[in-house]
Amino acid sequence: MALATPALGGATAREVVAARLTRRDRDVAGWLMLGTLFLTVGFTLLVLFTLLFEVTSDAWPMLSERPVDFVTDTIGSDPMASGLWPGVYGSFFIGLGVIVLAFPIGIGAAIYLEEYARDGFLTRLIMVSMRNLAGVPAVIYGVLGFIIFRGWLEFLTGGSSVVAAAFTMAVLVLPIVIITSMEAIRAVPQGLRDAGYGVGASRWEVTRDHTLAYAAPGILTGTVLSLARALGEAAPLLILGAITGLLPETSLTGKFTAIPMLIYNWSGRPDTPGAEIGWTSAAAAAGVMLLTLVLFFNAAAIVLRNRFERRRIGT
Amino acid sequence: MRHVFQLAAVTSVVISALILFVLFRGAFQFLNSIDFDLGLLSDTGWFPRRERFDLRTIVVGSVVVGSVAMVVAVPFGLGTAIYLAEYARPRVRQIIKPVIEVLAGMPSVVVGLFAIRFIAPNVVAKLFDPNQSLNMLVAGLGIGILVIPIMASVSEDALSAVPGSLREASYGCGAKKVTTVTKVVLPAAVSGLVAASIIAISRAIGETMVATMAGGAADTVPWKGYSPLEPGMTMTAAMTNAVGGTDQAATGAPFQVLFFVGLLLFLVTLILNTIGDRFVRRVRQRY
Amino acid sequence: MTEPTTTQDTRIPEMTEESPVDIDLAVGQVSHDPVATLGDHAVVFRLEDLSVYYGDFRAVRGVTIDVHQHEITAFIGPSGCGKTTVLRSLNRMNDFIETARVEGRVLYHGVDLYDPAVNATEVRRRIGMVFQKPNPFPKSIYDNVAYGPRLLGVKKRTELDDIVERSLRGAALWDEVKAILKSSGLSLSGGQQQRLCIARAVAVEPDVILMDEPCSALDPIATARIEELMQEIKSQYTIVIVTHNMQQAARVSDRTAFFTTEVNPESDRRTGLLIEYNPTPKIFSTPDDDRTEQYVTGRFG
Repeated sequence: MALATPALGGATAREVVAARLTRRDRDVAGWLMLGTLFLTVGFTLLVLFTLLFEVTSDAWPMLSERPVDFVTDTIGSDPMASGLWPGVYGSFFIGLGVIVLAFPIGIGAAIYLEEYARDGFLTRLIMVSMRNLAGVPAVIYGVLGFIIFRGWLEFLTGGSSVVAAAFTMAVLVLPIVIITSMEAIRAVPQGLRDAGYGVGASRWEVTRDHTLAYAAPGILTGTVLSLARALGEAAPLLILGAITGLLPETSLTGKFTAIPMLIYNWSGRPDTPGAEIGWTSAAAAAGVMLLTLVLFFNAAAIVLRNRFERRRIGT
Repeated sequence: MRHVFQLAAVTSVVISALILFVLFRGAFQFLNSIDFDLGLLSDTGWFPRRERFDLRTIVVGSVVVGSVAMVVAVPFGLGTAIYLAEYARPRVRQIIKPVIEVLAGMPSVVVGLFAIRFIAPNVVAKLFDPNQSLNMLVAGLGIGILVIPIMASVSEDALSAVPGSLREASYGCGAKKVTTVTKVVLPAAVSGLVAASIIAISRAIGETMVATMAGGAADTVPWKGYSPLEPGMTMTAAMTNAVGGTDQAATGAPFQVLFFVGLLLFLVTLILNTIGDRFVRRVRQRY
Repeated sequence: MTEPTTTQDTRIPEMTEESPVDIDLAVGQVSHDPVATLGDHAVVFRLEDLSVYYGDFRAVRGVTIDVHQHEITAFIGPSGCGKTTVLRSLNRMNDFIETARVEGRVLYHGVDLYDPAVNATEVRRRIGMVFQKPNPFPKSIYDNVAYGPRLLGVKKRTELDDIVERSLRGAALWDEVKAILKSSGLSLSGGQQQRLCIARAVAVEPDVILMDEPCSALDPIATARIEELMQEIKSQYTIVIVTHNMQQAARVSDRTAFFTTEVNPESDRRTGLLIEYNPTPKIFSTPDDDRTEQYVTGRFG
């Protein structure tokens, strides 16, 4: 195995070395690895595009025939005459509820944990609770909402209602808001805070005027992502008792539904044979609407995050 | 202001406590209302209305569906992660990473819809010819697709955390790129990759919509063994099944099993997440 | 290979007319081949007007050097002068930086290393590298040293055992680790880890060993150990070392290349360039260039 080249002067050594250095064994393992990796990435992309394509093509009959009516009509027994409206109503107020409830509490909790909290039992307990909550399956939050928001707080929420659903979803996304806000706040350079303290500002003043301003894009990214999550989740709504049938009137405290629930229910209804637009198309159309909404929010979050990164590097 | 924010932070403790309370109380009530041996450990299957709650049926359901999901998620998630971390050029990364994040934000109902409409007839039926078109394989494939992004993302973090100096050392010894990746980077990232898998398993087991929509189980699930080609009910599907229709009475054992299974699910995912978190933190510590 | 028994040698080197030595510079054992015999060694590297660019930025220019076999060649100079860049261009490690490119030639035994036909992996099997911060793999000591030979296809346990022992002896580490070969390479001290990296480098019996500030992360005792090691092994290899420690260069090397930086008037960025390349005693006593003299006497940098 000795590779040391003998110190021969002149051409012989050079030829020997040149021959060895230009040897190229076929890197079979390398090509295999690269090929396998391309396959995996390609498959993942393929699955995503197949999904988008399938759902869109299933939705096409409904969306091309009656796009506007589909959104404004209420749920009916005939897919040709059914619409999303109660779901839109429900999802809208759920989103609103998440913004109103989860964002202030989540950001406030993040501020506490990053700026105010001292090491101690309570802080550790909070951190552990929060990390655990982030991994709890969505359906469990539905159970929580069933007992607490639909049961105990019925006087406030009206039982199985949009308000109860909004509370439940807010609780579900709370850990995400806290964690992403904490990361955004942690990224603020200490020098910025020190400058504020240096002129005699209080901790809250420094936080409000400097830290939060700097962390705002990151916090915003986190909240947008959590909103997208809240709009797409169906499991808690199932447990809470969202309506899947006729819903004559929409109200905040009466029976409710949301877009994901409609997708769930309509996907199980059989198509009437021979009909041009069946429940399949309705479910897929609702899916397209939901996807558009969720993808829009996710894209917004990515754009925001990129802008955040650029600003951070520029500072 | 300190106390205002402290109050906000304490809500997470309150919520955790409430979840534990609700689940334990409900589980307790459930156990009270059934005949213990006949109820939980019978061999026949999941028949809530007949008060036969064979845990094995739904636990095996979760395990089978979860396993199928991991068979999909691990290779494709890990492969994507290795490609992004070790091979992809910056411009390619900039395109692929957002695409993965889009997949990560996909609502599970839509994946469930895709599973019913595409995976069941075009993939599983064509390749395997099962008895019923909706079965645990379909659900597992759907959940696997859902879980690929989290597997890819945490794995990529683990691979990127391996210091460049190790790769340099390997190249300095005259190793090829593939050798460096397989013999140096992957072994060095092992604890992070294990963490990614554990987190992915936890997500797969907690997934509800795809399991309910595509698992193929009706209200009752006779015990049919371990084959993924049979319809089955996961723990999460059992929970949605317990809630039933909107007019169902919210009392009695068939309903209250919701809390019992919920507690089981909560504990399983809690354990998995804690172990996974421990591994993730070990990765961050080493470097 | 004899075991090093002392870690500090207090013998004062003798001054002769041929190799004047500044006592203040000597910390460990100083050994210079008398200048006269340097010319006998064959040329391993011939750099012809080498410039290295990162994108549009020229990091270093005008490097023309002959590196001789079985000698220790040192690159010295202030930070940013391109010495590490030049070192890494000797084994194509700069390839890993996307924007890096070279102009001029790097001839290794007469072969242009940057010829498109040359396989960079083959180059690195013959020209090994030891890095600034010790970077053993998170594997056992045995597997660290056996890594290179396994790459080359050595599979038999007995052969590997021999190579591992030989390499660890060659790095003066064998006695310290022979009983703990299975334990992790990371469990060793900094100095031991660096010697492990040297053992790993010599395990493939390279032609050349490049060292990028190998002692800068180590304490003086570990440093002296490694300097001793370099002297012991130079007769089997060719060593090129980058160091920001002048005294180390003076102690250890046969020839020294002095680099410095100049400001580029247009872009206001500094480009490195080679000022002088001579046998070490000459660099440190009667250098050709004023700037060299200013640097080695500590008047700048």
